[in-house]
Amino acid sequence: MTDSEVLHAEHRLEYPYSRSTGPVIGAFLTALRDGRFVGATGATGQVIVPPTEYDPVTGDDVGELVEVGPGGTIETWAWVSTPLRKHPLQTPFAWALITLDGADTAMLHAVAASGPDDLATGARVVARFKPAAERVGAMSDIESFVLEGGAS
Amino acid sequence: MSAPSGTVRPVSVASFAQSPNIRRDDQRNEVEGLLPVIAEVFGNIGITKDDVDFICSGSTDYLIGGPFSFVMALDAVGVWPPRAESHVEMDGAFALYEAWTLLQEGEIDAALVYSFGRSSLGDLNEILTLQLDPYYMAPLWPDIVSLSALQARALIDAGKATEADFAEVASRSRRDALANPKAQVAKDVAVDVLLQDPYVVEPLRRHALPPITDGAAAIVLAAGDKATAWSERPVWISGIDHRIETHALGARDLTSSPSTALAAQHAGVADGKVDIAEIHAPFAHQEIILRQAMGLDASVTINPSGGALAANPMMSAGLIRIGEAASRIAAGQADRAVAHATSGPCLQQNLVCVLEGA
Repeated sequence: MTDSEVLHAEHRLEYPYSRSTGPVIGAFLTALRDGRFVGATGATGQVIVPPTEYDPVTGDDVGELVEVGPGGTIETWAWVSTPLRKHPLQTPFAWALITLDGADTAMLHAVAASGPDDLATGARVVARFKPAAERVGAMSDIESFVLEGGAS
Repeated sequence: MSAPSGTVRPVSVASFAQSPNIRRDDQRNEVEGLLPVIAEVFGNIGITKDDVDFICSGSTDYLIGGPFSFVMALDAVGVWPPRAESHVEMDGAFALYEAWTLLQEGEIDAALVYSFGRSSLGDLNEILTLQLDPYYMAPLWPDIVSLSALQARALIDAGKATEADFAEVASRSRRDALANPKAQVAKDVAVDVLLQDPYVVEPLRRHALPPITDGAAAIVLAAGDKATAWSERPVWISGIDHRIETHALGARDLTSSPSTALAAQHAGVADGKVDIAEIHAPFAHQEIILRQAMGLDASVTINPSGGALAANPMMSAGLIRIGEAASRIAAGQADRAVAHATSGPCLQQNLVCVLEGA
């Protein structure tokens, strides 16, 4: 048998099941597909974004969904000068926890900016969505956040 | 020596052993790495596997990349005839908590706890992303260094610490590690030199990050007559508790650790003077948050072993904190110590253990 006759079989380790994201997380992801943000109302009336299925402190079921964003405020940020291969942006960027307008908790995403000097806690940012045809109902429907009125 | 009185059954940390902590152990598999550790933890007190009634381990399949790796690891103990055994997909400190809980029931008097992890097998930045919420966070692949940097920035912005404070923690930890033969990173470097390190993810410089470490550790817990027979000076667990915070990172105040504070309260940290504390703070700034949460003032010697900044074997760095604290009490260097272990991103879950010499 020559080398060319050696049999090969691809082995791909995977979990071939699908999962429903449910009425709360699913609503958030569906709204992303539509280019919008929704949050859930917690036990004390606070708006949780991204929404959890229960109040993170009390464990109570969350209430009605409300629309928030698309602008928001940076709560904290970290500058990545060398992105890792799976990061959402492959040019230098910032991770940030962002409290969307109307929300009381922050969400994690990437902020595109030209350098760390452009960023600050408290800075205003806005979501930049992918084109509608490319959105699938996932966090990656947001390309990144960008500084409000910024050049990036 | 008398055991402490109270509503909990006195349980002692009767023996502790750990492997050398090294960057990459590619000569031995998990079982081979554990074998000398298990032999030492039994040998320290002259017992065998037949003297323990329960075995509990802490490890994660995500490091080795295969399922049920804890079953294979049992070969390091030898489980024939069949033994009562359990496992947590967590640091060994949480396995110790399970064993302690079983000892509380009074049916058994001794347990072996061990943990192991070869961090070098894969890319920790990617592996640790898999512990995150799978809908909102994991799909973005935020690495543990970046998430910790978000916490560090929040601490700076809140006026609770400075980059120089982070460097102070790192400088002290690695200087203290010079006296720890099991440490991986031990050196005496001044703060002003450390502050010239480049950023890995701003505002965290290289010195504020833990090393990547392969290692294993084990502890024998004992109660009743075994506790006093196996130790000249038993080290008693006077309190132990663990608490968790929400997985929603943006719903937490990252500059404080309410779960640690609650665990410390339930473990009774404030019920007496603390001589030393072994704190599982993988990133330098986290020690500042944890000290504050546990109410440990300047009189407490923090991490005489060098802590997780000197060696951070995944799944064992928390258990080692308990072992290091207990060893110092057993050696007469301290009478009362606090050990802490953490799990999850940005100190999401925390265990606090108070140890007292008789």
